[in-house]
Amino acid sequence: MKKHLPLIIFASLCVVPFMELSSYVMHILILVLMWSVIGMAWNILGGYTGQVSFGHAAFFGFGAYTSGLLYYHLEISAWWGIPACVVILTALSLIVGYICLRLRGAYFALATLALGEICRVTAENLVDFTQGNMGIMIRERTWVEKTWYFYVILFIAAGTYVLIKIVMESKLGYYFVAIREDQDAAESLGIDTTLYKTISLCLSGVLTGIAGAFFMNYMGYIDPGVVFPLYDISITTVMVVMVGGAATYWGPIVGAVIMVFLAEEIRSLPYIGAAHMTIFGVILISIILFLPNGIVGDFRKLLKPFKSKKAASS
Amino acid sequence: MSLIEVKDVTMRFGGLAAVADVSFVLNKGEILGLIGPNGAGKTTLFNVINGFYHPTKGDVYLKGKRVTNLRPHVLCKMGVARTFQVVRPLQRMSTLDNVIASAFIRTKSKADAEKVSLEALQFTGLSDDINVLSKGLPLGKRKRLEIARALATQPEIILLDEAFAGLNPTEINEQIEIVKKIRTDRGITILIIEHHMKVIMAVSDRIVVLNHGEKIAEGTPSEIGHNPVVIEAYLGEEHNA
Repeated sequence: MKKHLPLIIFASLCVVPFMELSSYVMHILILVLMWSVIGMAWNILGGYTGQVSFGHAAFFGFGAYTSGLLYYHLEISAWWGIPACVVILTALSLIVGYICLRLRGAYFALATLALGEICRVTAENLVDFTQGNMGIMIRERTWVEKTWYFYVILFIAAGTYVLIKIVMESKLGYYFVAIREDQDAAESLGIDTTLYKTISLCLSGVLTGIAGAFFMNYMGYIDPGVVFPLYDISITTVMVVMVGGAATYWGPIVGAVIMVFLAEEIRSLPYIGAAHMTIFGVILISIILFLPNGIVGDFRKLLKPFKSKKAASS
Repeated sequence: MSLIEVKDVTMRFGGLAAVADVSFVLNKGEILGLIGPNGAGKTTLFNVINGFYHPTKGDVYLKGKRVTNLRPHVLCKMGVARTFQVVRPLQRMSTLDNVIASAFIRTKSKADAEKVSLEALQFTGLSDDINVLSKGLPLGKRKRLEIARALATQPEIILLDEAFAGLNPTEINEQIEIVKKIRTDRGITILIIEHHMKVIMAVSDRIVVLNHGEKIAEGTPSEIGHNPVVIEAYLGEEHNA
């Protein structure tokens, strides 16, 4: 049963569009899937390889802008952004990796934090190239209905999940985790830590970029404040993974479900909805305090109170 | 035949020479002991041989090839494995996964890596603990895990940094057997740092003595045991008998 769970979930998601859900619900589901992709991508670098990045907005934004600029300058479909960003994001990851991956721990995190901001400021100021804060708009959307967007991101998410599963059970996966646990020991065991950290960053960057390219196509409008922000993208990415559970297959997906739904639900509450950021913060602090390994990582701990109650009553 | 030659190596940290003009040769098939008081520069010398430090002066040769400025993973690929004085298991990985991660250096598929790893774990007597998270292992087993990991890289030379420290007498005897077996069964050359005189005298063919970063003596265990300079610097009177 547990082995087939991913397939069952995938199959049931495939039939979701036939349930004639409202376009708002479809929008939420698409966002959940997109955040799952970003979370899973971050998890490769931050969760498994142990290199915590606070700059994934840079990769997301680069993906979105690759797509947008192809459309704007070359007048080709923005969907070409998805294959194109494999190339562009690999190049960006190599450059970023060369500079930042020689730093360890908090210093790496700070360098990536700066990276996201550099990208945002650059995109705002290269007005001739990126339209600056006017942003890029796709005038003719591919589909009016959400159905096909849903299928596209569903397949991207499923592909990402399978890819990560394959990677983590290969030599690469072992090397990533070894680097996270002890970089010097890994090095002395014959692991070229610089090379494998760079590979991890490339994988993570490209997948995040693909999510960005999808975002461009789906939303139809981007500007630097939407795709490069520190809080809305970079920090949220970290939170998605932390809430769900770092270095677990399902963590980022569970995290994405919770973060997107929670944000929507709290925002729509009467009276206290206006304080949604505050409520959000409190919930996050409690999760970090009581479930430091995330919901998936500490799942057993989560079940414990129920179990002990049962034991007491019987 | 010399496998490793350390030639006039000096390692300075600021004004302090942790290792000063040390030269010695590690021959194929031997067990060479490296002893000396705390702070004598033994581990620093290991780090130089292993590629963690690049010496201020002097060179290290592996089978006649200069390897002074290579990084540890390159040296590992060339056949030099090491263990750490303060054990450094990959904590949130199982014992088996710890060893598999290091076995991948010379194996392509996971099945092969697992085979090599299980063999190394059996060799070090850890077969019963393969699914335990390595942070849950007691010290004695962690020390053996270090050795298993080094063996899984299928090296020609193993550098053992205090593989006996903190073990109880039973564990020490088991460990001595393992070290001896590494040479007899696997034909691996060993360079070993150790404070337990009983151990070092029992296992080494030759011993190099460091004091304040300088080499003060070299010879067979009985020569070292009777060397007045070594007795004064390190052994003390009791070993003089």
